[in-house]
Amino acid sequence: MNVAIPFSAQLINLFASVILLLGFAMLAQRRVLQLINLFALQGLTLCLSTVVAAVTTGQSHLYWSAALTLVLKAILLPWILHRLVRRLQVKGEVESLINIPTTMLVGIGLVIIAFNVALPISQLSHTITRGTLGIALATVMLAFLMMITRQKAITQVVGFLAMENGLFLAATSATYGMPMVVELGIALDVLVGVIILGVFFFQIRDQFDSLDIRHMERLKDS
Amino acid sequence: MDFFVIMLFIPLVSGALLTVVGEREWAPNLNIIASFGTFLAAAGLTVEIVANGPRFAFGEHFFIDSLNVFFVALTAFVGLTTSIFSGPYMRNEREHGKLTAARLRLYKSMYQLFMFTMLVALTTNNLGILWVAMEAATLTTVLLVSLYRTPASLEAAWKYFILCGVGIAQALFGTILLYFAAERVLGQTGNALLWTHLVEVKGQLEPAIMALSFIFLLVGYGTKVGLAPLHNWLPDAHAEGPTPVSAVLSGLLLNVALYAILRCKVLADGAIPGEFAGNLMMGFGLFTLLVAAFFLSRQKDVKRMFAYSSIEHMGLITFAFGMGGAVANFAGLLHMTMHSLTKSAIFFAVGHATQKTGTQLMEDIRGLIRINPLIGWGLMLGTLAILGMPPFGVFASEFMILTYAMKHHPWATPVLLLALGVAFAAIFGKVQPMVFGETEAKRLPHAPAITPVFLHLGIVLMLGLYIPPYLTRWFHEAARMLG
Amino acid sequence: MISVSGLLGQTFAILLALLLAPLLSGWVGQCRAWLQSRSAPPLLLPYYMLHKLFHKDVVLANGASSLFRAAPFVIFGCMVLACAIIPSLSTDLPLAPAADALALVGVFGLARIFISLAAMDVGTSFGSLGGRREMLVGFLAEPALLMVIFTLALTAQSTSVATIVETMARRDFVIYPSLAFAGIAFTFVSLAENARVPVDNPATHLELTMIHEAMILEYSGRHLALIEWAASLKMYAYSCLGLALFFPWGIAAGDSFAALVAAIPLLLFKLAIGGFLLAVIETINAKMRIFRAPEFLGTAFLLAVLGLLVRLLLESRV
Repeated sequence: MNVAIPFSAQLINLFASVILLLGFAMLAQRRVLQLINLFALQGLTLCLSTVVAAVTTGQSHLYWSAALTLVLKAILLPWILHRLVRRLQVKGEVESLINIPTTMLVGIGLVIIAFNVALPISQLSHTITRGTLGIALATVMLAFLMMITRQKAITQVVGFLAMENGLFLAATSATYGMPMVVELGIALDVLVGVIILGVFFFQIRDQFDSLDIRHMERLKDS
Repeated sequence: MDFFVIMLFIPLVSGALLTVVGEREWAPNLNIIASFGTFLAAAGLTVEIVANGPRFAFGEHFFIDSLNVFFVALTAFVGLTTSIFSGPYMRNEREHGKLTAARLRLYKSMYQLFMFTMLVALTTNNLGILWVAMEAATLTTVLLVSLYRTPASLEAAWKYFILCGVGIAQALFGTILLYFAAERVLGQTGNALLWTHLVEVKGQLEPAIMALSFIFLLVGYGTKVGLAPLHNWLPDAHAEGPTPVSAVLSGLLLNVALYAILRCKVLADGAIPGEFAGNLMMGFGLFTLLVAAFFLSRQKDVKRMFAYSSIEHMGLITFAFGMGGAVANFAGLLHMTMHSLTKSAIFFAVGHATQKTGTQLMEDIRGLIRINPLIGWGLMLGTLAILGMPPFGVFASEFMILTYAMKHHPWATPVLLLALGVAFAAIFGKVQPMVFGETEAKRLPHAPAITPVFLHLGIVLMLGLYIPPYLTRWFHEAARMLG
Repeated sequence: MISVSGLLGQTFAILLALLLAPLLSGWVGQCRAWLQSRSAPPLLLPYYMLHKLFHKDVVLANGASSLFRAAPFVIFGCMVLACAIIPSLSTDLPLAPAADALALVGVFGLARIFISLAAMDVGTSFGSLGGRREMLVGFLAEPALLMVIFTLALTAQSTSVATIVETMARRDFVIYPSLAFAGIAFTFVSLAENARVPVDNPATHLELTMIHEAMILEYSGRHLALIEWAASLKMYAYSCLGLALFFPWGIAAGDSFAALVAAIPLLLFKLAIGGFLLAVIETINAKMRIFRAPEFLGTAFLLAVLGLLVRLLLESRV
């Protein structure tokens, strides 16, 4: 079984696994600030894995992607979120709708599904990092789960951003990154999105006196 | 003179300009003039494409062919009429104290940027940029939906953002998978996301990847189209946002999202043997149609009801494109046009009606025909048109879809008829007393803009009676491209 | 075919286990004392304890059945067997076919059942409380341990402990994220199984929180000695298992006597490091409430499953 896997691929696999693990950690994390830190850590890991991919393949645009990830996902967005949390004085605890072990089990189920979906496809890839496609999909799904189970607006946004992380991992792992124009566009969208959400948080808080989205359940079709 | 460059340039610059100058007396007119300029450029571009065939712009980054030029023209036109409509409408809202000058400024600049993102989404050749533009279109409209800053509008905007954000993330994953499939054929070049390159090699794309990619793309962009079960944001956003925003969301944004799906379907069809993509779209379309039809009857809010009607029609159109083939595609394109024109006309009428009566609840809106006969008739005729009554154009397209479905997919006919019947009963039963009946509403400070309503309805009527030959050629050309 | 050196190695391994296990307990206790700035107990304290207990008379509770008297011997036997089949010095063990990795988990399970039954046998409230808690911990820890073993067994294509260790020792140096996950999960499970700090505290007799100590309250004399010895053997077994699985370098593979001898100092060294790390873990963590234990072990299970999945996805190359 020991077909030698290049060292860089081992590193990327390791980082991908760490990203997945952080996805679970975020799912289990009750505190908002810790959650944001975990998100920043995930961004950092993503950046490292992109750097490794860049060094291995010599694709210069991957360096740019890595730099973009570092600045945006590991520094700027967590910083904005931190500020928001402090300005909005969000209470430390975030409670989740179903208890954490159940969420974890659902998460494991999602990971299995994601791996199953991705396995036949990653077999087709010729990149050294093909295996991470499944992890990327799993990260997206975990983030999705987090958005469903959480009740605080900020947590949902972190889930949304974690989803972007997973997508970015998919882009770097399956294809060594999208064309630069597209990546810039995506980064811009994410940044603008978070800024708009920041504005939005204040509006929500002014109206509802809380960032708990349970208050926002009036629009329903009975 | 390059019409294309002007067309993209005007909304971008005027959006910036409107931000800078702020809310002045002439700002609404600037908005209208800019939209008019965009429309003229789009019209010029259309003439050019019809005469000279498809072309590229900015290298290969933008690509305009008979399919998207049709959407471009439609978008620019509805954009123009909506801006005309929104002039007096927004002034009235301000008089009512619902909006401040700062928010009107936000509205106008975002409106132009929204037009810009949609035009970019329609004309780009790069599927990645298409995604970026779609996401940007969401972002520009989120703040428009929450323009009133009421709890309900904030909730609607939040739902809109989160659901569309999740949906659009799925679409991004689909795009990544598409790139992954393309890159195996086209190599590590920047061209692997260019639609024109992809379409040449679509037969070589890996079917397994393309199937998965198309599922994600359909679910992702489908969220924005309003396909069930991810349609929840749509009624809220339509009901709680300002009416001009509802009109452009229904009339344009849904179309643009559907256009994105169509572009991807062409690739998926080429790569996957069998009718995979088509069947998937037919399934989603039918389900959406049914869900929307049955929700229609339970609505109390007039804008909400027409939002569900939009979902219903989007389901029908998706079903039509899912069937595929020249006739169904033709019918689908025609129905998209008709729906877009009719639904925005209805929203214009509804907007003025709700402004006059000060409520969106249908049971409190009565006797529109007495308050303002034009609005009353506008709403009535628009409703008849959207329900597919002859001689309006919607009848023609619905009839084509139905007969084609009967011939090729007879199993779907009962479902289609049931859904359309339920929708008819629900909408007509509710609109009728709104138009006729007793009332005591007062005059508005600014006279409503009636022209757009009847302009749209006139076109719909005309297209129902007579489709000019060049338009038929055009539709045929576009339908042929869709395969 | 049982070779002479194999037989020798096997005997040697068992003897070493019996001898070293109390020393390991003493070493961990001493490290803990240093880290917590207390004056350390003597290194050989567990031996004195055993010596003292073996010379004392057994006091049996009224109503103690024969199960109560048999349990210490069964438990001790289980642990000796476990130590015998875990390759601590050499992978050439004649007893290895007796139990593969899954059966090893079963051997631990057997011991657990006996100690819990014995605790409930007398009918005191603490005994049954401890027994119940022990079963809860075991119920959660066993699946995690099995998942860890599956992950490794996938790599080795075998569930035999000796084969797994051989495969692990021979592989190239490759980063396996799955092994990292499995390693952390194994650490969690070991802490819980050996009644160490985040789950249980071996040094306390605080009634409401204890698990292991609650079960053996009724034992005395040589019975208690056997149980204490078995407990330290269990810790020794887990340590050796962890070292053999995740740091297998230095374990003698063939029947060379020299390699066997060379493996001893290395094993001592690794055990010393492991014991010290255990003391560190016990010092920097606080004991968690018993209700949190499922979460702790759930995390272990999660990690183990993730390891397994990652193993399947990332490392299954043709």
